[in-house]
Amino acid sequence: MAIYIDEKICKGCKLCIHFCPNNVFQMRNKINNKGFVIPDVVNESKCTKCKLCELTCPDLAIFVE
Amino acid sequence: MVQQRTNPLRKYIRNRKLPHFFCPGCGCGQILNYFLKAVDDLQLDFKKIITIGGVGCTARIPIYLNTDSLHGVHGRTLAWATGIKLYRPDLKVVIFAGDGDLVSIGGNHFLHASRRNLDVTVILVNNFNFAMTGGQVAPTTPFNSVTMTTPYGSKENTIDVCKLAVSAGATYVSRWSTAKPIQTVKSIKKALQHKGFSLVEILSQCPTNFGRYALRTGDPEKVLEWIKNRSISKTKAEKLNEHELKDKFILGEFIDKKRPVFQGTTLFKEEDN
Ligand SMILES: Cc1ncc(C[n+]2csc(CCOP(=O)(O)OP(=O)(O)O)c2C)c(N)n1
Ligand SMILES: [Mg+2]
Repeated sequence: MAIYIDEKICKGCKLCIHFCPNNVFQMRNKINNKGFVIPDVVNESKCTKCKLCELTCPDLAIFVE
Repeated sequence: MVQQRTNPLRKYIRNRKLPHFFCPGCGCGQILNYFLKAVDDLQLDFKKIITIGGVGCTARIPIYLNTDSLHGVHGRTLAWATGIKLYRPDLKVVIFAGDGDLVSIGGNHFLHASRRNLDVTVILVNNFNFAMTGGQVAPTTPFNSVTMTTPYGSKENTIDVCKLAVSAGATYVSRWSTAKPIQTVKSIKKALQHKGFSLVEILSQCPTNFGRYALRTGDPEKVLEWIKNRSISKTKAEKLNEHELKDKFILGEFIDKKRPVFQGTTLFKEEDN
């Protein structure tokens, strides 16, 4: 299992953090090539693969496998 | 280095157009995602779908879809759809319209397409304002909200699009919000399979314009929270009186019935549905 965030198209809106029921994502200080602060996967072990982040990401940047 | 894997739904997208034009946290992006999920679940043939957008942020959704699409005349999406549907009834027509697009400038087309039961699916993205042009008041803006053109609060009554569609004769009508992904996808699926005029109204966050003017926040999460707090399900709403429902958005399915669809009036055809 893995969670991928496409850093090039993520806009750092933080909606994945809002929708994730298990706090898998967190804002650290990762910045992408467009200057957006983007979330990091911090608690991958807590992920239950509900795929809400994948479905609700406005930029289609997340993929849960 | 781990190999970069991407969302499988991106196969339906014109990938060179990404990242898309929507602001960070805009509901339009989420609705694009929900629509793709619904199409993927139903395994619809993308070659047989035509998507139409008018003018506005919402109307840009078809630009990113790998279907045949039309874009660029404000409010006239249903006029286009009528023409396409009469000439090629085998194609599935899906319309992405903003609240300004569908019920303000295109209000009349909307009434008559519902009345005729034109066989199209309308996905209405209700972000409570004219977003693309900078956040002006729309027919769906809640009473007393501050917008760009109503600095002292809007004193206009709002329009309930779902009620309007039902009374005009639409045959599938539902209202959901971007905060309810599972239900929204389910409803879009139902609408896509429905024969007749189907409307899915999706309440959506516009952090940049509605959020900043009316709610004093540019945070998509807070706008989403505001929509969530104001939403109430249809079953719960039935038990409340009019006063208690004053500032509430009722979510649910309002009608799902069958009626002959519009096939044009100058051609004679046997009733076959
Ligand atoms: C005939 C015409 N009138 C006005 C405009 C200006 N205009 C462009 S976008 C827009 C607002 C669209 O609002 P809405 O349909 O709610 O879409 P949103 O941007 O909120 O998604 C307006 C009035 C136009 N392009 N064409
Ligand atoms: Mg709008």
